[in-house]
Amino acid sequence: MGKYVLKRLLLMLFTFFVIVTITFMLIRILPVELPVEKNLAEAIKQRWEALGYNKPLLEQYGIYLKNIFTKGDFGTSWKIEFRADAAKVLTSRLLPTVMVNFYSMIVSVPLGILFGIYAAVRKNKWDDHLISTLVMVFISVPSYVYAFLVQYFLYFKLGVLPLTLYSLADAGGSYFTWKMFTSMIPAIIALSFGSIAGYCRFVRAELTESLTSEYMLLARTKGLTRAQATSRHALKNAMVPILPSILSELINLLGGSIIIEQIFAIPGVGQLYIKSINLLDYDVFMIDCIFYTFVGLLAGIVTDLSYGFIDPRIRMGEK
Amino acid sequence: MDNNKKISPEMFEFVNINERLTDKKFDDKPIGFLKDAWLRFRKNKASVVAAIIILLICLFSIVAPLFTWHKANFMDPYYAKKSPRIVWLRDLGIADGGTNGDYSEIGLTKVQSLGVAAEDWEGKGGITIAEGMQSEYQPVIKINNTFTKTDANKNEKTYYNAKVDNYLNVGFLYLSIQQSELPKIQAFEQEHGIHILYPLIEDNEWNNGDAKDANNWYKMKKNAPVTVDEDTGRAKTLQYGDDLVLEGNYERDGEGNPVYWKYTGGGDHSTAQLKVRVLYYNWYRYQHNNKEVNYAFGTDSQGYDLMVRLAGGLRLSLLLAVSVSVINFIIGAAYGAIEGYYGGVVDLVMERVTDILGGIPFIIVATLFQIHLSARLGAIPCLIFAYILNGWIGIAYRVRTQFYRFKHQEFVLAARTLGAKDSRLIWKHVFPNSLGTIVTSAALIIPGVIFNESMLSYLGIVKLGSANMTSLGTLLADASAIWTNYPHLMILPALFISLLEISFNLFGNGLRDAFNPSLRNVED
Repeated sequence: MGKYVLKRLLLMLFTFFVIVTITFMLIRILPVELPVEKNLAEAIKQRWEALGYNKPLLEQYGIYLKNIFTKGDFGTSWKIEFRADAAKVLTSRLLPTVMVNFYSMIVSVPLGILFGIYAAVRKNKWDDHLISTLVMVFISVPSYVYAFLVQYFLYFKLGVLPLTLYSLADAGGSYFTWKMFTSMIPAIIALSFGSIAGYCRFVRAELTESLTSEYMLLARTKGLTRAQATSRHALKNAMVPILPSILSELINLLGGSIIIEQIFAIPGVGQLYIKSINLLDYDVFMIDCIFYTFVGLLAGIVTDLSYGFIDPRIRMGEK
Repeated sequence: MDNNKKISPEMFEFVNINERLTDKKFDDKPIGFLKDAWLRFRKNKASVVAAIIILLICLFSIVAPLFTWHKANFMDPYYAKKSPRIVWLRDLGIADGGTNGDYSEIGLTKVQSLGVAAEDWEGKGGITIAEGMQSEYQPVIKINNTFTKTDANKNEKTYYNAKVDNYLNVGFLYLSIQQSELPKIQAFEQEHGIHILYPLIEDNEWNNGDAKDANNWYKMKKNAPVTVDEDTGRAKTLQYGDDLVLEGNYERDGEGNPVYWKYTGGGDHSTAQLKVRVLYYNWYRYQHNNKEVNYAFGTDSQGYDLMVRLAGGLRLSLLLAVSVSVINFIIGAAYGAIEGYYGGVVDLVMERVTDILGGIPFIIVATLFQIHLSARLGAIPCLIFAYILNGWIGIAYRVRTQFYRFKHQEFVLAARTLGAKDSRLIWKHVFPNSLGTIVTSAALIIPGVIFNESMLSYLGIVKLGSANMTSLGTLLADASAIWTNYPHLMILPALFISLLEISFNLFGNGLRDAFNPSLRNVED
C-alpha cells in the first residue's frame, strides 16, 4: 500500500509540475502594460526587473520557482490589492469560499443520503419515481438558475434574506457572526439543490445494487429483518464508493463555485479568479490557476486512495 | 415387467424417414444491435419525451426568426425591456405587453392621460378619462383593485393596482426630423387613418415636471391637474375621477390652433430640422411599413427582439455542443482505440498525456485560450478549442476500457489469424462493439457544453454578445442586474437552458440504458 501511495503521489506531483509550467509560460508571454503614474510604474518595473521579466522565459520560470521555494513568494498583486503578496491575497479569500461550501455540504450530504436510501428502499413505488424525477430535474438545472430563484423568492418576494453576502464590516468584522451566516443562506441553498440531487442519485444507484445482491438473501434467511439487513449489510457496502466521493468533495470545496460566488458577491477564490482576469493581475491569476489545479488533482488522488483504504479489494492501478 | 422385454425392433418406426432435415427459416425478422437498442429506447417514455423536446427546441431555434420580421440586429431603444406582446392575443389577456404595478392617483392619471391625449390629436380637449380609457392607445389595460396606504405624513392615500401596457406607456416623444419627411408622414397618416404627429407642448408654469418629457401634456400645478381661467389666469384644482377632463397645455399660434412642428435649425427645404411630437406607437408603424408592435417574447435589455436573440443563442449553443461532441468523439475514439489496442508502453505514455491534460481545470483552459487567441481567431473558435483540449479524455477512457475488454476475444483472434491488419481489427472488429457506450458518452457531453458556455459568457470570460448574435449566457448576464423588474428577461433564457439540460440528460440516460444489453428485461 505504501509503495502504491508513493507512486500515485509522485505521478500527481509530476502532472502538477507540467501543468504549472505550461500555465506559467502562457501567462508570462501575455503583454503587460505599466500604469501611467511615474513612481508606480518605476516601482513595478523594479519589481519586474528583480523577477527577471526581460530574461528568457525558462530563466524567468527558474526565478519564479526559486522564489517560491526559498521565500514562499508567489509574486505581487498590483491591481486587486496594491503591492500585497499574491499568496496572501489568495489565502485571505479562502475562508468565505470554504465556509459557504462547507455549510452547503453539511446540509446536502445527509439530506442526499437520506433521500437516496428512501428511494432505494421504496424502489419502483410512486415515491421512488417522484424522487427520481425530481433528482433528474434538480441535477440538470444549472446552479445559477437556483441562485436567481432563491434571490427572487427569498429577497424580493418574502424579503427575509439579503440579496448578496454582507461585507465584513457590515457583519461585524468576522465571518463567524450570525448576521454573516444569514446572508450566506441564499448561496448555501442555491448550492445545495444540485448537490442533494447528486448524492441522492448516487446513493440510490449503489444501494439498489447492494439490495439485490446475494448476501442480502443470506442475511434475510439467517433471520434479520429487512431493516436490519439493509442497515447492517447493504448500506455498509453501498457506502464504499460514496465515502470517497464525499472526501473528494471536501477537498473540492476549497475551489468553490465561481458563478455562485459571482452572483452572491462572495469575496472568495472564484471571485478572485474573475477579478484577476478582468484586471489582468497576472501574479494573482497565476497563483489562482496553481491553486485550482492543485485542488483538482488532490481531489482525484484522494478519491482513488481512499477507495483502497476503505475497501482493500480495490487498489487502483495496482497490478 | 415381462412386457417390457418383449419390445421388438419392429415396434419402432422412424419419425421423419422420408423428410429432409433443413434449417428452419426464422418466422421473425432478426433484431440487430442497433434495432434492439432502438426498441428498448422507445420503451423509455421519459427519454422519448426528452428527444421530442430537444427536437422542438431545435425547431424553435431555426423557425422562430421566420415568425417575425425583426432581424437579429434589429434594435429599438424605446422598446427595451418590454414584456411579451402579441396583438392578436391581446384581447384574451395573454401576451398583452402588460405588467401589474401599484400607482398613486397622480401616477395613474398620468398613464391614463396618454390615452386621452392620443384621441385628442387636434388639441380641442373635452375628453374625459373614462372616454380616454376606450382609446386603442390607452396603456392601462385594466385596473385590478384599489387600496389605501398611509404615507409618512400619516395621510391616507388611495393607490391602484393596474395592468399597464409597457409599449403604449412609452407614449409621446419629441423627435427631430428633416423637413422633407413631413409630407411623407402626413401621407402615411392619410393613407392608414392613424395619427402620428401631435401638438407640441408649451413650456410654461403649468408644465409640471420635466419639460423634455413629451407626456406631460396637461396643465398641472403642485402635482395636481388644474384648469386655468382664460381671463384671470387663475388655476382651479381638478378632482381625480373618471369624469376628469384634463386641460391641454399645448403650444398655439396666433389663431389658437395647436402647433405641430417647429423649425429648429438647418438650411434648405430638405435639410431643415423640425421638432415634432409623435405618438411613438404609431411612429413605429410609420417607420416599419405599418407593422404592428409584436414581440412574442418581449424585448431584451437593449431593445432587441428577445425571441430572435434567444433563438440565435440556442442555435449557437446547440451547434457548439454538437460540433464539440462530434470532434471529441472522433479524437477520443481514435486516441482510446490506439491506447487500448496496443497497450503496454504506448498505453502508459499516452495515459500520462491524458493525465496532464485532464488535470488542467477547464475554466483555466478556456480563459487562457480567450486571452491569447480570441483577438486573432474570434471567441467561438477559441471556445471550441478549449472544449476540445481535454473534453475528449472521458471518451478516450471509455473506448480504452472497451478495447481492453474485446481485444483478446476469439473473433478478434480469428480475424487476426486470417491476416487482418491492425487498422482493420481496430475499426472493423473491436470498435463497433464499443460504439454504444461511446455514442452515449458523446451525447452526455452536450449538456455539459451548453452549461459551460452559458457559465463562461455569464461570467464574461468569453464575450459572445454582439449586434448580430448573442448567447444564452450573455442574455442571462445582461438580465442579471435588472431582471427582478423585468422577470421575462431571466425566466425565458433560464427556462430554455433548463429544459435543454434536463432533456439532454434524460435523452443520454435513455441511450445509455438502450445500448446496455445487460439491462435487457431487468426493468420489466
